[in-house]
Amino acid sequence: MILTVDHVTKRFGGLTAVDDVSVELEEGMILGLIGPNGAGKTTLFNCITGVYPPTSGSVVFRGKEIAGSKAYTVARMGLARTHQIVRPLNDLTVRENVIVGACYGRENLGLRDGAKVADEVLEFVGLASRTEELAGKLNVAQKKRLELARALAARPHMLLLDEVLAGLNTAEVTGMLDTIRAIREGGVTILMIEHIMHAVMNLSDRIIVLDYGKLIAEGAPEAVAQDERVIEAYLGDPDIIEEVTDVDAIEEDPT
Amino acid sequence: MMDFLKRTVGLWIPLLVVAGIAAYPLITGSDSNREAMFSILLAIALASSLNILLGYTGYVSFGHIVFFGIGGYAGLYVMTVLGWNIWFAVLLGATVAGLIAYLLGSAILRLRGGYFALATIGVNEAMRALTGNIDALGGPIGMDVNFSLYKPFGGPGGMLQFVFWSVVALTVLVIIISFVVKKSKFGLGLQAIREDEDAAEDMGVVAPRAKTWAYVLSAIIPGALGVLFFFKNGHIEPGEAFRLALSIEMIVWVMLGGIGTVLGPVVGAGLYQETRKLLLTNAYLKNIQLAVAGALLLAIVLFVPAGIVGWLRSRNARLRKVLE
Ligand SMILES: Nc1ncnc2c1ncn2[C@@H]1O[C@H](COP(=O)(O)OP(=O)(O)OP(=O)(O)O)[C@@H](O)[C@H]1O
Ligand SMILES: [Mg+2]
Repeated sequence: MILTVDHVTKRFGGLTAVDDVSVELEEGMILGLIGPNGAGKTTLFNCITGVYPPTSGSVVFRGKEIAGSKAYTVARMGLARTHQIVRPLNDLTVRENVIVGACYGRENLGLRDGAKVADEVLEFVGLASRTEELAGKLNVAQKKRLELARALAARPHMLLLDEVLAGLNTAEVTGMLDTIRAIREGGVTILMIEHIMHAVMNLSDRIIVLDYGKLIAEGAPEAVAQDERVIEAYLGDPDIIEEVTDVDAIEEDPT
Repeated sequence: MMDFLKRTVGLWIPLLVVAGIAAYPLITGSDSNREAMFSILLAIALASSLNILLGYTGYVSFGHIVFFGIGGYAGLYVMTVLGWNIWFAVLLGATVAGLIAYLLGSAILRLRGGYFALATIGVNEAMRALTGNIDALGGPIGMDVNFSLYKPFGGPGGMLQFVFWSVVALTVLVIIISFVVKKSKFGLGLQAIREDEDAAEDMGVVAPRAKTWAYVLSAIIPGALGVLFFFKNGHIEPGEAFRLALSIEMIVWVMLGGIGTVLGPVVGAGLYQETRKLLLTNAYLKNIQLAVAGALLLAIVLFVPAGIVGWLRSRNARLRKVLE
């Protein structure tokens, strides 16, 4: 197991955002994390990446306990993330943004090697023509790609993607899906939060579902989609129910 | 060779400006010009130092003058009481300022935004009160430099020459440090912190350590300058050593010229000090000097937050390549 989340709970005052969640990830897999708004998905990411310590529970990454470690420590161990709300370093160029990822990531590169990695990664995510632009000037889709590029430049063992598809148009989603597949081909384990059902269902080897902080289902995409508790959790959002339950339709029509 | 020049052009421009300022009194052979240029160089060196923290990491140190005062006190103490020579005193001033910045940084750099700025004012005021109560440092009266200490330089005239050229050297040094830091991996980490500290930490930048070292770097040259300034001044006392007004002017110098650029503090400090001379000759304006500085700061923040050099950089891609 590359990552073991064991009975993790996170409370904010009276609110239990993540409630006794346990998950395991095998090396090389893509695990999809779904759940309604406010279910605690991002909070779980934050507990894993050291943004804040979990209230209780343990997180083991590649054999080391990381619950309570600082975000930079976790990042340097090879666990990179993207942000749901993009956080570009606005006044730095796109290239410099990615060099930060490369230089301070797992490989702890010098500036020159970091620049090389940055150029490769920018090519890979399709931002090669924007390298000298200020990051703040990019559009949303490009900023999402920048988030991904920075995380990839760290040459991580594992990648946490927080809704990298949100806000993208159909063509951009298709492009991003190809990119994510290519990343997995490169041997990087992926944990991805996603609201776009057909995408996460298609990409993931396994899915876990959070609702009100609790893990309510776990399994293969098809099985999770049929799970009654999952359908119930999504009640009130009929579009999603349709998407979740109608897996066959998804595979025929990936848009 | 051409490649090297091209990569370092952003360093040569500010250094040329400083060379020009330093040469001016030499060419005109005028002592009063030397004193005018001295105050400009001092401002440039202080502004460039502050810029390493303020400009690169985005942390506003409102009480940065504290390191100038600390250096001055440490230097004058070892010279007048212990009989050290000026070289060691300057080194000590820089070291003590750096050391205190390190300790302080570890404690107060955890505070973000306005809280850090407030804390730095508190530190400055605390140092002022403290030095005023330490008898060994002369209490509220302070310490005087015995005239005999100017003898090795051939009297006050020689001492003035010596201090002037020492300040030129320190100005050059701090500009080189700013440039090297900006172009380094360390500097990139600092700029990442400035743009978004949480995002920077998520990418692996060890922000507490980086910020502390930026603070130390921004403190050592002011510490050294404090020794030279008060040695030349012949006297140090709490009110002069820890003058908050000067702290605020330092911020104006950096903001006016261009925050986070190597050239900006040089331009900002130079322009401001030149303009200030005009204000000082007018009795009425002299009294509202600080109000003018405050109004100027407000205007910059509101209308040209990037400062002169930052504005030029944003106008033109070619300028962006030459102006660092
Ligand atoms: N720092 C915080 N302080 C207090 N409450 C928080 C904090 N972060 C999140 N919450 C709360 O925790 C709950 C879970 O939020 P979280 O952002 O993890 O949900 P999510 O599943 O990522 O939702 P979305 O799909 O909208 O992104 C929400 O009720 C949210 O308001
Ligand atoms: Mg979220």
